[in-house]
Amino acid sequence: MSLSREQTARLAELARLSLDDHELARIAHDLTEIIDYMEKLAGIDRADVRPMTHVSGTVNVYREDRAKPSLSQEEALANAPDRQGEFFRVPRIIEAGEGSEA
Amino acid sequence: MTERGDYEVVVGIEVHAELATESKVFCGCKTDFGARPNSQTCPVCLGMPGALPVLNRRALEYTIRAGLALNCSIARWTKFDRKNYFYPDLAKGYQISQYDIPIAHDGYIDIEVDGQPKRIRVRRVHLEEETAKLVHAGDDIISSNQSLLDFNRSGIGLIEIVSDADMRSADEARAYLTKLRSILVALGVSDCKMEEGSMRCEANVSVMPKGSKEYGTLAELKNIASFRAVHRAIQYESARQIELVRAGGRVSRETRHWDDARGETAFMRSKEQAADYRYFPEPDLMPLEIAPGWVEEIRSGLPELPDARAARYVGQFGLPTSDAAQIAESRELASFFDSVCDALAKAGQAQAADGPREAAKWLVGDVSAALNAGGIELSQSKLAPELLAELIGLVGSGKISGKIAKSVFEEVFARGVRPGDVVRERGLVQISDAGELAAIVKRVIEANPGPVADYFAGKERAIGFLVGQIMKETRGRANPQETNRILKEELAKRS
Ligand SMILES: [Zn+2]
Repeated sequence: MSLSREQTARLAELARLSLDDHELARIAHDLTEIIDYMEKLAGIDRADVRPMTHVSGTVNVYREDRAKPSLSQEEALANAPDRQGEFFRVPRIIEAGEGSEA
Repeated sequence: MTERGDYEVVVGIEVHAELATESKVFCGCKTDFGARPNSQTCPVCLGMPGALPVLNRRALEYTIRAGLALNCSIARWTKFDRKNYFYPDLAKGYQISQYDIPIAHDGYIDIEVDGQPKRIRVRRVHLEEETAKLVHAGDDIISSNQSLLDFNRSGIGLIEIVSDADMRSADEARAYLTKLRSILVALGVSDCKMEEGSMRCEANVSVMPKGSKEYGTLAELKNIASFRAVHRAIQYESARQIELVRAGGRVSRETRHWDDARGETAFMRSKEQAADYRYFPEPDLMPLEIAPGWVEEIRSGLPELPDARAARYVGQFGLPTSDAAQIAESRELASFFDSVCDALAKAGQAQAADGPREAAKWLVGDVSAALNAGGIELSQSKLAPELLAELIGLVGSGKISGKIAKSVFEEVFARGVRPGDVVRERGLVQISDAGELAAIVKRVIEANPGPVADYFAGKERAIGFLVGQIMKETRGRANPQETNRILKEELAKRS
């Protein structure tokens, strides 16, 4: 399967990467190679194999529901590129196709 | 408002509810509402590089609890996934959520609209993290060119509950939400306060010709901040779509924003612009193997849910179904009602028999009205269960009349004083003594020869006037039944 230029451009856009024509072509080529490699798996009989999502084999790692001290407001805001009073401040972003999804 | 006519409205609902855990879902920060902005954060919920999430076991337990109460199956094995998108409320650039294997799936909620029972399927319940709260600086969203962020909310456990497109009207959608909220609140898994944003909902609305098997193209409605808004938004949107289709147009798959002030939905984005989240398994959190034994333990610990509670009120106390449902639906009303019943039972068997029905009548009537008028919750009022029980006892024993009880109630509600004290102070004890009443009745009959003559002339209504005069003379304290009996007796003597 070969990844088209448009698909690659869309991926770049989703990842907020700005790529020039040369870079787009190179990445489309690289990604196509990776996808081709992965597609070899499609030829294997996987009927009884659950997709592997994690490699460690560990399950059920929890913590108890106990509150711990948080950072102070000043610590939390210390690395903020921009702030206003007790808040982080960011440029307003209202763009089609986006929005808080939660 | 367009007539629905030959069209059917199809609604599916997505609800997000914040979990009432003490700490956030993947870190130990507190979840208190209303704290100073950015005072409940840490490297994990600020999305700092290298910080690692660890699952709060209670958040998982609450999700399973909600799933079980919604009659869902619980996954034996599940995992978290990353939902990738860029927005300032999400510091990491992805939200930890669940994609293909929700913790709970395939359940249902039973609702009732206009006496018609209906089952609404619940497709899935999954666990994810809440995002930060975005505040728009400046006067409004349009004029401001900067946004402010509060990360206190970021990382609070959030369950998403998705229904099937089983609702056929705005009324059914509201009934579904009301029932869902009452269940989640009864479970204690979320406080579901829409005004504080701890419960939010989105509605998928489409229309189709009546009897059709094929759904129309749906619009997704966002920014719905109250149950009333849900109802209005669905009504508006379905009417808009029907009008569009009737005029030969086509509904397009899009997301629309509900503007509560204007009472309209407005285009937000089309399907083509919809985000592509590129989900993949969250490598920082280990998968979950949910032991059936644990699930059964959680199931056996489920509290009495609103439907079961309502059925008990009807069976045990003989409450009218509508009163029972209304009380059982509110955790506050229900626990207050239970306490009143306990107090009545303690006060004596004689009153206990009719007491619960009276208590219910007070709660759905005068008490709810007074709370609404004051815009407060029951817990914020000065009314205590013992006070209402005492008031019911005063009426039950014949010490005061039902009418006087209403005026005593007002004072009890306003000041939190004991009903017995109000009755004593204001001299409101009911006059039931036959001799005393007869004397007053005779006086009134003698003083009103006109109405008495009217009564004998066949004007039944004249008796109402005479009762009124007796009540006036006794400042409403005359026992109404006794008064009626004696009045008729005295009049009969004179006929
Ligand atoms: Zn934190």
